[in-house]
Amino acid sequence: MQVTITVNDAEYTREVEPRLLLIHFIRDEIGLTGSHWGCDTSNCGACVVWLDEQPVKSCTVLAVMADGHRVRTVEGLAAGDAQLDPVQHGFARCHGLQCGFCTPGMMLTARWLLDRNPDPSPQEIREAISGQICRCTGYENIVRSVRWAAGYEAAARALPDERDSAGRDEPGAPR
Amino acid sequence: MQVPAYVEYERATSVDDALNLLARFGPEARVLAGGHSLIPMMKLRLAQPETLVDINGLRDLSYIAVTDGELRIGALTRHADLLNSALAGDHFAVLHDAERVIADPIVRLWGTVGGSLCQADPSEDLSAAFAALKATMVIRNLSGTRTVAVRDFHTGPYETVVGPGELLTEIRIPVAAGCGSAYQKVGRRVGDWPVGAAGAVLWLEEAGGEVVIADAGIGLTAVGAARFCAAEAEEFLRGRPATAESFARAGEVAARHCRPVTDQRGPAQYKRHLAGELTARALALAAARAAEATGRAGPSGPAGQAGG
Repeated sequence: MQVTITVNDAEYTREVEPRLLLIHFIRDEIGLTGSHWGCDTSNCGACVVWLDEQPVKSCTVLAVMADGHRVRTVEGLAAGDAQLDPVQHGFARCHGLQCGFCTPGMMLTARWLLDRNPDPSPQEIREAISGQICRCTGYENIVRSVRWAAGYEAAARALPDERDSAGRDEPGAPR
Repeated sequence: MQVPAYVEYERATSVDDALNLLARFGPEARVLAGGHSLIPMMKLRLAQPETLVDINGLRDLSYIAVTDGELRIGALTRHADLLNSALAGDHFAVLHDAERVIADPIVRLWGTVGGSLCQADPSEDLSAAFAALKATMVIRNLSGTRTVAVRDFHTGPYETVVGPGELLTEIRIPVAAGCGSAYQKVGRRVGDWPVGAAGAVLWLEEAGGEVVIADAGIGLTAVGAARFCAAEAEEFLRGRPATAESFARAGEVAARHCRPVTDQRGPAQYKRHLAGELTARALALAAARAAEATGRAGPSGPAGQAGG
Protein backbone atom coordinates (compact mmCIF):
# COMPACT_ATOMS: atom_id res chain seq x y z
CA MET A 1 0.00 0.00 0.00
CA GLN A 2 1.07 3.59 -0.49
CA VAL A 3 2.33 5.54 2.50
CA THR A 4 3.52 9.09 2.91
CA ILE A 5 5.75 9.75 5.89
CA THR A 6 7.42 13.04 6.72
CA VAL A 7 10.95 12.27 7.82
CA ASN A 8 13.02 15.18 9.12
CA ASP A 9 10.64 17.65 7.43
CA ALA A 10 10.81 15.97 4.01
CA GLU A 11 7.88 13.97 2.65
CA TYR A 12 8.53 10.47 1.35
CA THR A 13 5.86 8.52 -0.54
CA ARG A 14 6.53 4.85 -1.14
CA GLU A 15 4.65 1.69 -2.06
CA VAL A 16 5.29 -0.76 0.81
CA GLU A 17 4.02 -4.05 2.17
CA PRO A 18 2.06 -3.57 5.40
CA ARG A 19 4.54 -5.82 7.20
CA LEU A 20 7.47 -3.49 6.55
CA LEU A 21 8.91 -2.23 9.82
CA LEU A 22 9.50 1.49 10.26
CA ILE A 23 13.23 0.98 10.84
CA HIS A 24 13.55 -0.72 7.44
CA PHE A 25 11.49 2.01 5.78
CA ILE A 26 13.89 4.59 7.19
CA ARG A 27 17.09 2.71 6.37
CA ASP A 28 16.25 0.82 3.18
CA GLU A 29 13.45 2.75 1.49
CA ILE A 30 14.74 6.28 2.00
CA GLY A 31 18.38 5.50 2.77
CA LEU A 32 18.80 7.23 6.12
CA THR A 33 21.13 4.76 7.81
CA GLY A 34 21.85 6.80 10.94
CA SER A 35 19.12 4.93 12.80
CA HIS A 36 20.51 1.54 13.71
CA TRP A 37 18.80 -1.80 13.56
CA GLY A 38 19.85 -3.81 16.58
CA CYS A 39 18.11 -6.49 18.59
CA ASP A 40 14.86 -6.55 16.61
CA THR A 41 12.99 -7.31 19.86
CA SER A 42 12.39 -3.78 21.22
CA ASN A 43 14.97 -4.30 23.94
CA CYS A 44 18.12 -2.49 22.81
CA GLY A 45 16.84 0.91 21.65
CA ALA A 46 19.38 1.34 18.83
CA CYS A 47 16.43 1.98 16.47
CA VAL A 48 14.81 4.74 18.54
CA VAL A 49 13.43 7.59 16.42
CA TRP A 50 10.68 10.09 17.11
CA LEU A 51 7.20 9.35 15.81
CA ASP A 52 5.43 12.70 15.96
CA GLU A 53 6.62 14.10 19.30
CA GLN A 54 7.67 10.92 21.08
CA PRO A 55 10.54 8.43 20.87
CA VAL A 56 9.66 4.95 19.67
CA LYS A 57 11.55 1.75 18.98
CA SER A 58 11.13 1.69 15.22
CA CYS A 59 11.69 -2.08 14.96
CA THR A 60 8.34 -2.47 16.70
CA VAL A 61 6.26 -0.15 14.53
CA LEU A 62 5.00 -0.89 11.04
CA ALA A 63 5.74 1.76 8.45
CA VAL A 64 2.03 1.84 7.58
CA MET A 65 1.29 2.90 11.17
CA ALA A 66 3.40 6.00 10.53
CA ASP A 67 1.50 6.88 7.33
CA GLY A 68 0.59 10.57 7.53
CA HIS A 69 2.80 11.10 10.57
CA ARG A 70 6.15 12.77 11.18
CA VAL A 71 9.38 10.95 11.97
CA ARG A 72 12.57 12.48 13.29
CA THR A 73 15.84 10.58 13.06
CA VAL A 74 19.37 11.37 14.16
CA GLU A 75 19.91 13.02 10.77
CA GLY A 76 17.24 15.54 11.79
CA LEU A 77 18.74 16.33 15.17
CA ALA A 78 21.12 19.05 14.03
CA ALA A 79 19.55 22.36 13.09
CA GLY A 80 21.82 22.57 10.04
CA ASP A 81 25.11 21.30 8.68
CA ALA A 82 27.15 23.58 10.90
CA GLN A 83 24.77 23.60 13.83
CA LEU A 84 24.80 20.44 15.89
CA ASP A 85 22.23 19.92 18.61
CA PRO A 86 23.63 20.52 22.12
CA VAL A 87 23.05 16.83 22.80
CA GLN A 88 25.40 16.00 19.93
CA HIS A 89 27.96 18.46 21.30
CA GLY A 90 27.60 16.80 24.69
CA PHE A 91 28.27 13.32 23.33
CA ALA A 92 31.33 14.61 21.48
CA ARG A 93 32.65 16.58 24.46
CA CYS A 94 32.11 13.91 27.10
CA HIS A 95 32.99 10.84 25.04
CA GLY A 96 29.41 9.60 25.24
CA LEU A 97 30.15 6.92 22.70
CA GLN A 98 32.80 4.43 21.70
CA CYS A 99 31.50 2.15 18.95
CA GLY A 100 28.55 4.45 18.29
CA PHE A 101 25.93 1.79 17.66
CA CYS A 102 23.56 2.89 20.42
CA THR A 103 24.32 6.60 19.95
CA PRO A 104 21.53 7.68 17.55
CA GLY A 105 18.84 6.21 19.79
CA MET A 106 20.49 7.54 22.93
CA MET A 107 20.65 11.06 21.52
CA LEU A 108 17.03 11.10 20.38
CA THR A 109 15.85 9.95 23.80
CA ALA A 110 18.14 12.53 25.42
CA ARG A 111 16.65 15.29 23.25
CA TRP A 112 13.14 14.20 24.24
CA LEU A 113 14.09 14.11 27.91
CA LEU A 114 15.66 17.58 27.86
CA ASP A 115 12.64 19.05 26.06
CA ARG A 116 10.45 17.88 28.93
CA ASN A 117 12.92 18.20 31.79
CA PRO A 118 15.65 20.79 31.13
CA ASP A 119 17.62 19.87 34.26
CA PRO A 120 17.45 16.10 34.71
CA SER A 121 19.34 14.42 37.53
CA PRO A 122 21.74 11.58 36.69
CA GLN A 123 19.08 9.21 38.03
CA GLU A 124 16.41 10.69 35.76
CA ILE A 125 18.73 10.34 32.77
CA ARG A 126 19.43 6.71 33.63
CA GLU A 127 15.70 6.09 33.97
CA ALA A 128 14.99 7.73 30.60
CA ILE A 129 17.56 5.59 28.77
CA SER A 130 16.78 2.42 30.72
CA GLY A 131 15.25 0.86 27.62
CA GLN A 132 18.46 1.32 25.65
CA ILE A 133 21.61 -0.72 25.81
CA CYS A 134 25.20 0.50 25.52
CA ARG A 135 27.91 -2.13 25.73
CA CYS A 136 30.85 0.30 25.63
CA THR A 137 30.51 3.20 28.01
CA GLY A 138 28.96 1.72 31.12
CA TYR A 139 26.50 4.62 30.68
CA GLU A 140 28.56 6.97 32.85
CA ASN A 141 29.74 9.09 29.93
CA ILE A 142 26.28 9.08 28.36
CA VAL A 143 24.87 10.53 31.58
CA ARG A 144 27.66 13.14 31.57
CA SER A 145 26.92 13.97 27.94
CA VAL A 146 23.26 14.64 28.64
CA ARG A 147 24.14 16.66 31.75
CA TRP A 148 26.57 18.67 29.63
CA ALA A 149 23.82 19.42 27.11
CA ALA A 150 21.48 20.45 29.92
CA GLY A 151 24.11 22.81 31.30
CA TYR A 152 24.81 24.22 27.86
CA GLU A 153 21.16 24.93 27.23
CA ALA A 154 20.69 26.48 30.68
CA ALA A 155 23.62 28.79 30.02
CA ALA A 156 22.28 29.62 26.56
CA ARG A 157 18.89 30.50 28.06
CA ALA A 158 20.60 32.84 30.51
CA LEU A 159 22.14 34.78 27.61
CA PRO A 160 19.13 35.26 25.34
CA ASP A 161 20.40 38.09 23.19
CA GLU A 162 24.01 37.18 22.58
CA ARG A 163 23.38 33.51 22.03
CA ASP A 164 21.18 32.52 19.14
CA SER A 165 23.34 30.09 17.22
CA ALA A 166 23.88 26.70 18.83
CA GLY A 167 26.79 26.14 16.49
CA ARG A 168 29.07 28.49 18.37
CA ASP A 169 31.26 27.36 21.15
CA GLU A 170 29.50 26.62 24.41
CA PRO A 171 29.19 29.50 26.90
CA GLY A 172 31.14 27.92 29.70
CA ALA A 173 28.72 25.09 30.33
CA PRO A 174 29.56 22.91 33.29
CA ARG A 175 30.94 19.44 32.83
CA MET B 1 16.26 -10.46 10.28
CA GLN B 2 12.86 -10.81 11.89
CA VAL B 3 9.96 -9.61 9.79
CA PRO B 4 6.28 -10.42 10.21
CA ALA B 5 4.62 -12.69 7.66
CA TYR B 6 2.52 -11.07 4.96
CA VAL B 7 -0.47 -9.31 6.46
CA GLU B 8 -3.22 -6.96 5.34
CA TYR B 9 -3.66 -3.64 7.11
CA GLU B 10 -6.76 -1.56 7.81
CA ARG B 11 -6.80 1.67 9.77
CA ALA B 12 -9.99 2.17 11.79
CA THR B 13 -11.40 5.70 11.83
CA SER B 14 -13.88 5.19 14.68
CA VAL B 15 -14.89 2.52 17.18
CA ASP B 16 -17.83 1.57 14.95
CA ASP B 17 -15.50 1.38 11.96
CA ALA B 18 -13.16 -0.87 13.95
CA LEU B 19 -16.07 -3.14 14.89
CA ASN B 20 -17.20 -3.32 11.28
CA LEU B 21 -13.68 -4.18 10.12
CA LEU B 22 -13.26 -6.82 12.83
CA ALA B 23 -16.63 -8.33 11.93
CA ARG B 24 -15.79 -8.35 8.23
CA PHE B 25 -12.37 -9.98 8.59
CA GLY B 26 -13.45 -12.42 11.30
CA PRO B 27 -11.26 -14.66 13.46
CA GLU B 28 -8.09 -14.11 11.39
CA ALA B 29 -8.11 -10.38 12.14
CA ARG B 30 -6.23 -8.93 15.10
CA VAL B 31 -6.54 -5.55 16.74
CA LEU B 32 -3.33 -3.53 16.45
CA ALA B 33 -2.98 -1.06 19.33
CA GLY B 34 0.51 -0.15 20.55
CA GLY B 35 1.84 -3.24 18.81
CA HIS B 36 4.59 -3.77 21.37
CA SER B 37 3.43 -7.30 22.13
CA LEU B 38 1.73 -8.21 18.87
CA ILE B 39 4.49 -7.17 16.45
CA PRO B 40 7.22 -9.13 18.29
CA MET B 41 4.84 -12.12 18.36
CA MET B 42 4.27 -11.72 14.61
CA LYS B 43 8.01 -11.64 13.96
CA LEU B 44 8.33 -14.98 15.71
CA ARG B 45 5.22 -16.39 13.90
CA LEU B 46 3.63 -16.94 17.31
CA ALA B 47 0.88 -14.72 15.92
CA GLN B 48 0.07 -14.77 12.23
CA PRO B 49 -3.07 -12.72 11.61
CA GLU B 50 -4.34 -12.21 8.07
CA THR B 51 -5.48 -8.66 8.77
CA LEU B 52 -4.48 -6.02 11.27
CA VAL B 53 -7.07 -3.48 12.36
CA ASP B 54 -5.11 -0.46 13.57
CA ILE B 55 -7.00 1.40 16.32
CA ASN B 56 -4.25 3.90 17.17
CA GLY B 57 -6.26 6.74 15.69
CA LEU B 58 -9.21 6.21 18.05
CA ARG B 59 -8.47 8.99 20.49
CA ASP B 60 -11.87 8.56 22.17
CA LEU B 61 -10.59 5.26 23.58
CA SER B 62 -7.81 7.03 25.48
CA TYR B 63 -8.95 8.56 28.77
CA ILE B 64 -8.82 8.19 32.53
CA ALA B 65 -11.81 9.56 34.46
CA VAL B 66 -13.99 8.96 37.49
CA THR B 67 -17.63 8.60 36.43
CA ASP B 68 -20.54 7.27 38.52
CA GLY B 69 -18.25 6.14 41.32
CA GLU B 70 -15.90 4.22 39.05
CA LEU B 71 -12.43 4.87 37.72
CA ARG B 72 -12.75 4.35 33.99
CA ILE B 73 -9.72 3.72 31.82
CA GLY B 74 -10.04 3.72 28.04
CA ALA B 75 -8.50 0.63 26.46
CA LEU B 76 -6.18 2.67 24.24
CA THR B 77 -4.69 4.54 27.21
CA ARG B 78 -0.89 4.26 26.99
CA HIS B 79 1.10 2.87 29.90
CA ALA B 80 2.84 6.24 30.27
CA ASP B 81 -0.52 8.02 30.54
CA LEU B 82 -1.68 5.69 33.30
CA LEU B 83 1.64 6.14 35.11
CA ASN B 84 1.36 9.92 34.81
CA SER B 85 -2.29 10.06 35.88
CA ALA B 86 -2.58 11.52 39.38
CA LEU B 87 -6.24 10.55 39.37
CA ALA B 88 -5.43 6.87 38.85
CA GLY B 89 -2.52 6.93 41.29
CA ASP B 90 -4.46 8.72 44.03
CA HIS B 91 -7.24 6.15 43.93
CA PHE B 92 -5.20 3.04 43.22
CA ALA B 93 -1.48 3.21 43.91
CA VAL B 94 -1.20 -0.40 42.69
CA LEU B 95 -1.57 0.91 39.14
CA HIS B 96 1.36 3.30 39.48
CA ASP B 97 3.48 0.69 41.27
CA ALA B 98 2.86 -1.76 38.43
CA GLU B 99 3.28 0.71 35.58
CA ARG B 100 6.60 1.90 36.97
CA VAL B 101 8.07 -1.58 36.45
CA ILE B 102 6.51 -2.43 33.08
CA ALA B 103 9.07 -2.50 30.26
CA ASP B 104 10.90 0.83 29.88
CA PRO B 105 9.91 4.49 29.41
CA ILE B 106 10.00 4.33 25.60
CA VAL B 107 7.88 1.17 25.38
CA ARG B 108 5.45 2.65 27.91
CA LEU B 109 4.82 5.60 25.58
CA TRP B 110 3.27 3.25 23.00
CA GLY B 111 2.06 0.08 24.70
CA THR B 112 -1.56 0.28 25.80
CA VAL B 113 -3.46 -0.86 28.87
CA GLY B 114 -6.08 -2.70 26.80
CA GLY B 115 -3.44 -4.26 24.59
CA SER B 116 -1.55 -5.67 27.56
CA LEU B 117 -4.72 -7.18 29.00
CA CYS B 118 -5.83 -8.65 25.67
CA GLN B 119 -2.36 -10.05 24.99
CA ALA B 120 -3.00 -12.17 28.11
CA ASP B 121 0.63 -13.06 28.66
CA PRO B 122 0.78 -15.31 31.76
CA SER B 123 3.39 -12.93 33.19
CA GLU B 124 1.54 -9.68 32.48
CA ASP B 125 1.81 -7.18 35.35
CA LEU B 126 -1.45 -5.36 34.64
CA SER B 127 -3.43 -8.61 34.67
CA ALA B 128 -2.45 -9.07 38.32
CA ALA B 129 -3.05 -5.41 39.17
CA PHE B 130 -6.54 -5.35 37.69
CA ALA B 131 -7.34 -8.80 39.13
CA ALA B 132 -6.48 -7.43 42.57
CA LEU B 133 -8.75 -4.43 41.92
CA LYS B 134 -11.61 -6.71 40.77
CA ALA B 135 -12.03 -4.57 37.70
CA THR B 136 -14.76 -4.89 35.12
CA MET B 137 -13.94 -5.14 31.44
CA VAL B 138 -16.19 -3.46 28.89
CA ILE B 139 -16.34 -5.22 25.52
CA ARG B 140 -18.13 -3.92 22.45
CA ASN B 141 -19.34 -5.63 19.31
CA LEU B 142 -21.76 -4.63 16.57
CA SER B 143 -24.76 -5.73 18.64
CA GLY B 144 -23.86 -3.71 21.70
CA THR B 145 -21.81 -3.71 24.87
CA ARG B 146 -21.16 -6.41 27.42
CA THR B 147 -19.22 -6.38 30.66
CA VAL B 148 -17.05 -9.16 32.08
CA ALA B 149 -15.34 -9.42 35.45
CA VAL B 150 -11.58 -9.28 34.95
CA ARG B 151 -11.26 -12.64 36.68
CA ASP B 152 -13.42 -14.17 33.95
CA PHE B 153 -11.66 -12.24 31.18
CA HIS B 154 -8.58 -14.42 30.74
CA THR B 155 -9.38 -17.96 29.64
CA GLY B 156 -5.79 -19.21 29.38
CA PRO B 157 -2.33 -18.18 28.24
CA TYR B 158 -2.76 -15.62 25.44
CA GLU B 159 -6.52 -16.21 25.45
CA THR B 160 -9.39 -13.98 26.52
CA VAL B 161 -13.17 -13.92 26.17
CA VAL B 162 -12.89 -11.17 23.55
CA GLY B 163 -14.26 -12.90 20.45
CA PRO B 164 -13.92 -12.21 16.75
CA GLY B 165 -15.65 -8.94 15.91
CA GLU B 166 -15.20 -7.65 19.45
CA LEU B 167 -13.13 -4.91 20.99
CA LEU B 168 -12.16 -4.23 24.60
CA THR B 169 -13.03 -0.56 25.06
CA GLU B 170 -12.81 0.23 28.78
CA ILE B 171 -11.74 -1.01 32.20
CA ARG B 172 -13.79 0.06 35.25
CA ILE B 173 -12.84 -0.07 38.91
CA PRO B 174 -15.29 0.90 41.67
CA VAL B 175 -13.92 3.70 43.85
CA ALA B 176 -14.41 2.99 47.56
CA ALA B 177 -13.36 4.78 50.74
CA GLY B 178 -10.82 3.15 53.05
CA CYS B 179 -9.01 1.46 50.19
CA GLY B 180 -5.24 1.03 49.90
CA SER B 181 -3.29 -0.84 47.27
CA ALA B 182 0.24 -1.81 46.22
CA TYR B 183 2.25 -3.90 43.76
CA GLN B 184 5.48 -5.76 44.40
CA LYS B 185 7.55 -7.33 41.64
CA VAL B 186 10.82 -9.21 41.40
CA GLY B 187 12.46 -9.26 37.97
CA ARG B 188 15.86 -10.33 36.74
CA ARG B 189 16.64 -6.86 35.48
CA VAL B 190 15.02 -3.49 34.92
CA GLY B 191 12.14 -3.66 32.46
CA ASP B 192 11.97 -7.44 32.31
CA TRP B 193 8.92 -9.62 32.79
CA PRO B 194 8.46 -10.60 36.43
CA VAL B 195 9.91 -13.73 37.96
CA GLY B 196 6.97 -13.26 40.28
CA ALA B 197 4.75 -10.36 41.27
CA ALA B 198 1.80 -9.63 43.53
CA GLY B 199 -0.76 -6.86 43.68
CA ALA B 200 -2.84 -6.25 46.78
CA VAL B 201 -5.89 -4.15 47.51
CA LEU B 202 -7.34 -3.80 50.99
CA TRP B 203 -10.61 -2.29 52.07
CA LEU B 204 -10.35 -1.64 55.80
CA GLU B 205 -12.97 -0.82 58.41
CA GLU B 206 -13.00 -0.26 62.13
CA ALA B 207 -14.73 -2.87 64.27
CA GLY B 208 -14.58 -2.93 68.06
CA GLY B 209 -11.66 -0.51 68.21
CA GLU B 210 -9.64 -2.67 65.84
CA VAL B 211 -8.82 -2.18 62.16
CA VAL B 212 -10.13 -5.20 60.31
CA ILE B 213 -10.14 -6.21 56.68
CA ALA B 214 -13.57 -5.70 55.13
CA ASP B 215 -12.40 -7.11 51.83
CA ALA B 216 -9.15 -7.93 50.06
CA GLY B 217 -8.04 -8.36 46.46
CA ILE B 218 -4.83 -10.20 45.64
CA GLY B 219 -3.48 -10.49 42.11
CA LEU B 220 -0.57 -12.73 41.18
CA THR B 221 1.30 -13.02 37.91
CA ALA B 222 4.02 -15.28 36.47
CA VAL B 223 3.47 -17.86 39.22
CA GLY B 224 0.68 -19.94 37.70
CA ALA B 225 -2.14 -18.46 39.76
CA ALA B 226 -5.56 -19.34 38.37
CA ARG B 227 -7.23 -16.26 36.88
CA PHE B 228 -4.28 -14.10 38.09
CA CYS B 229 -5.67 -14.04 41.64
CA ALA B 230 -5.29 -15.63 45.07
CA ALA B 231 -8.95 -16.19 45.98
CA GLU B 232 -8.19 -18.47 48.94
CA ALA B 233 -5.89 -15.89 50.52
CA GLU B 234 -8.53 -13.21 50.02
CA GLU B 235 -11.10 -15.41 51.76
CA PHE B 236 -8.64 -16.02 54.59
CA LEU B 237 -8.19 -12.29 55.17
CA ARG B 238 -11.83 -11.20 55.29
CA GLY B 239 -12.74 -10.09 58.81
CA ARG B 240 -9.21 -10.53 60.17
CA PRO B 241 -7.18 -7.75 61.75
CA ALA B 242 -4.90 -5.86 59.39
CA THR B 243 -1.66 -7.06 60.96
CA ALA B 244 1.68 -8.30 59.70
CA GLU B 245 0.79 -11.77 60.96
CA SER B 246 -2.43 -11.86 58.93
CA PHE B 247 -0.50 -10.78 55.84
CA ALA B 248 2.25 -13.38 56.33
CA ARG B 249 -0.32 -16.15 56.69
CA ALA B 250 -2.26 -14.89 53.67
CA GLY B 251 1.02 -15.06 51.74
CA GLU B 252 1.42 -18.69 52.78
CA VAL B 253 -2.09 -19.47 51.56
CA ALA B 254 -1.42 -17.69 48.26
CA ALA B 255 1.86 -19.57 47.76
CA ARG B 256 0.19 -22.91 48.43
CA HIS B 257 -2.45 -22.35 45.77
CA CYS B 258 -0.33 -21.17 42.87
CA ARG B 259 1.31 -23.50 40.35
CA PRO B 260 4.57 -21.97 39.13
CA VAL B 261 6.70 -23.73 36.56
CA THR B 262 10.47 -23.83 36.28
CA ASP B 263 11.74 -21.84 33.31
CA GLN B 264 14.57 -19.50 32.35
CA ARG B 265 13.36 -16.96 34.92
CA GLY B 266 13.74 -19.30 37.88
CA PRO B 267 12.84 -22.56 39.55
CA ALA B 268 9.25 -23.27 40.59
CA GLN B 269 10.18 -23.43 44.27
CA TYR B 270 11.66 -19.94 44.19
CA LYS B 271 8.63 -18.55 42.37
CA ARG B 272 6.35 -20.09 44.99
CA HIS B 273 8.43 -18.44 47.69
CA LEU B 274 8.12 -15.13 45.84
CA ALA B 275 4.34 -15.51 45.55
CA GLY B 276 4.06 -15.76 49.33
CA GLU B 277 6.60 -13.13 50.24
CA LEU B 278 5.48 -10.56 47.67
CA THR B 279 1.82 -11.09 48.64
CA ALA B 280 2.67 -10.34 52.28
CA ARG B 281 4.74 -7.27 51.35
CA ALA B 282 2.09 -5.90 48.99
CA LEU B 283 -0.59 -6.40 51.64
CA ALA B 284 1.48 -4.58 54.27
CA LEU B 285 2.10 -1.64 51.96
CA ALA B 286 -1.56 -1.58 50.90
CA ALA B 287 -2.63 -1.52 54.56
CA ALA B 288 -0.25 1.34 55.35
CA ARG B 289 -1.61 3.30 52.42
CA ALA B 290 -5.23 2.61 53.41
CA ALA B 291 -4.43 3.83 56.92
CA GLU B 292 -2.77 6.92 55.52
CA ALA B 293 -5.75 7.65 53.30
CA THR B 294 -8.19 7.40 56.18
CA GLY B 295 -5.99 9.07 58.80
CA ARG B 296 -5.66 5.96 60.96
CA ALA B 297 -2.43 4.61 62.39
CA GLY B 298 -1.01 2.00 60.08
CA PRO B 299 -0.48 -1.62 61.03
CA SER B 300 3.30 -1.32 61.00
CA GLY B 301 3.98 1.96 62.70
CA PRO B 302 3.43 5.53 61.54
CA ALA B 303 1.45 5.47 58.32
CA GLY B 304 3.70 7.92 56.54
CA GLN B 305 6.75 5.67 56.62
CA ALA B 306 5.52 2.92 54.36
CA GLY B 307 3.05 5.03 52.46
CA GLY B 308 5.43 5.82 49.56
